[in-house]
Amino acid sequence: MKWREELKEKAKRSLNKRPPYGPDVNLGVFLWDKGGKAYRNLSTLPQPILERAKVTGIDVKEERVGGTYFQLDFDVLRAKLAKDFKRAGVYLMSVEEALTEFEWARNYYWKALPVDTDKYTAITELKGSHGYFIYVPPKVKVSKPLQTCLFIHKDSVAQAIHNIVIVDEGGELNLLTACSALPVKALHIGITEFYVKRNAKLTFTMVHFWSPTLHVRPRAVALVEEGGYFLNYYIHMAPVKSLQTFPTAKLIGEGAQAYLTSILLASKDAYLDVGGGIEFKANNTKGEVISRSVIRDEANVILRGELVGSSTSKGHIDCKGLLLSERARGEAIPILKSSTGLAELTHEAALGKISHEELEYLMSKGFSEDEAISLVVRGFLETGLEKLPPNLRGYADRILDLISKYARG
Amino acid sequence: MLEIKDLNVGAEGRTIVRGVTLTLRNGELHLLMGPNGAGKSTLLKAIMGLSPYEIIKGIIIFNGEDVTNLKPYERAKRGLALAHQYPPKLKIRSGYLLKRLANKYGHSNDSLREIRELIKELGLSHLLNRELYRDFSGGEVKKFELLTLIVQKPKVALLDEPDSGIDLDSIRKLAYLISKLVEEGTSVLLVTHTGHIVKYLHKVNKLHVMTYGRLVYSGGVDVLPAILEKGYHEALGMRWDN
Repeated sequence: MKWREELKEKAKRSLNKRPPYGPDVNLGVFLWDKGGKAYRNLSTLPQPILERAKVTGIDVKEERVGGTYFQLDFDVLRAKLAKDFKRAGVYLMSVEEALTEFEWARNYYWKALPVDTDKYTAITELKGSHGYFIYVPPKVKVSKPLQTCLFIHKDSVAQAIHNIVIVDEGGELNLLTACSALPVKALHIGITEFYVKRNAKLTFTMVHFWSPTLHVRPRAVALVEEGGYFLNYYIHMAPVKSLQTFPTAKLIGEGAQAYLTSILLASKDAYLDVGGGIEFKANNTKGEVISRSVIRDEANVILRGELVGSSTSKGHIDCKGLLLSERARGEAIPILKSSTGLAELTHEAALGKISHEELEYLMSKGFSEDEAISLVVRGFLETGLEKLPPNLRGYADRILDLISKYARG
Repeated sequence: MLEIKDLNVGAEGRTIVRGVTLTLRNGELHLLMGPNGAGKSTLLKAIMGLSPYEIIKGIIIFNGEDVTNLKPYERAKRGLALAHQYPPKLKIRSGYLLKRLANKYGHSNDSLREIRELIKELGLSHLLNRELYRDFSGGEVKKFELLTLIVQKPKVALLDEPDSGIDLDSIRKLAYLISKLVEEGTSVLLVTHTGHIVKYLHKVNKLHVMTYGRLVYSGGVDVLPAILEKGYHEALGMRWDN
């Protein structure tokens, strides 16, 4: 495994490389141990974990999903795929298992996202545990969503995982990921490399339900080939200490498309620095970075969007924040870069509160003040839903209902 | 259905509406006209309970109940609805508000189908994914505002200048919808500035003219042509002072 040693050497040299955004996290104070036990099925998980997983939309009975990957702290509790999909050649397993089993898996390991991107990618290679590996063969359309759940339940844990998702030519996949934690002080680093091949389609819906003492640093890059379609729909719904993420889609083939939507509820003293970037590297590519952020209490949110156009392409950024308290802070930073006159890049950004006029208007239509506030919050967040596949819309709807409830406190 | 007795309305220490008395029976349509700043919109907003207007004196009786001190949404729940003259821009999608209104006021499948048809007929389909009233044309605002009111299935509809700033075809269409509401039993108090809409309405029971916050005329609509031709002053033989 010389190649792996080389990666680790590279990682070691980047352990002090701070990312450009987000507060620094001291990696030395966390536990990176391994060891644990597997559960035969999800319903035998300890009750508090089970309850939280359900809130984030995990189907613990596994009735509506085609497969489940569940990781608790460092351990893979379950990696199970429905027989039909197995037979069709779909894989769902731990990344370590895939690297051992398939030599070709290494062609997707730290290829979209370099291991030396920052200290978080580096430490994940050096001390991380598992992560899911999903492969969909050419022309296979996985008709039921696959679900993955990354859960932290022990204090001081650093859960650093590395996920790889490959949808081969003409394949289709809907992937749901729920990340959650019991109220512990911990760190979650989630690296995800997405490979959307020619004419493939990947819808990735991720729900984060953390606890107020957690630091979260997801890192994700999607490579989208000719005619490929990548949808990233991210919901962040509960308090967190700090979160910094900037998923990026690179549209490398003609006609590729990417839509990155972030729906954020920031509460208590949370610090959120959430962005989304799209690089338009081929002709006739299209993409949007959309974010809606509800900011309450003393939370601080930075909304970033960056479009880089070097081809005939069309991109749009739409960042909006709704501040529900006097002490809430919001910042919207849309960036457009074009190295050609052929890219048509636009942006809109707005930060504001719910005005008295809006509330009174809704009250004149029959909504009480509380109803009017949740209606505005719920309506404000209702964006990008239409792009989700119909079988996921109901799921996202329920989560958004929950958020509007949390938003009111 | 709606009885207003000796209503005085003020805002920021100023009296705007003075001693207005008016009775609107089931299925009646009354016009309220008057020069700019006469207090027509204030009267409608006060009937709906909106700020910053306060009732200094008098009462509002709706369906036999004194609603003078109820909150706007309590009035709306009882069947009182206002189509605003200048609704604010909202941070929610138009289609989302309609959906929530339809849920709130309860509609049968047939009735939902009719609403969808109406959206198409009014040419509003393209606005459903847009934020409410953001980048709407003047006509679109008026049509959408009337649409929200229709979804509310009101017993009494207060319409604040639904015919201002829109083209003749749209006026005709809105007049048809208002007449339909009346035929279905809704009582309507309609503020119009120009009176253009009147010739398209199937019936009008009464005309009220307001100047300086007072109703100076309440009676038949036969004086309307004279008002439109000569103005309030000459047509009604009024003095232009307070």
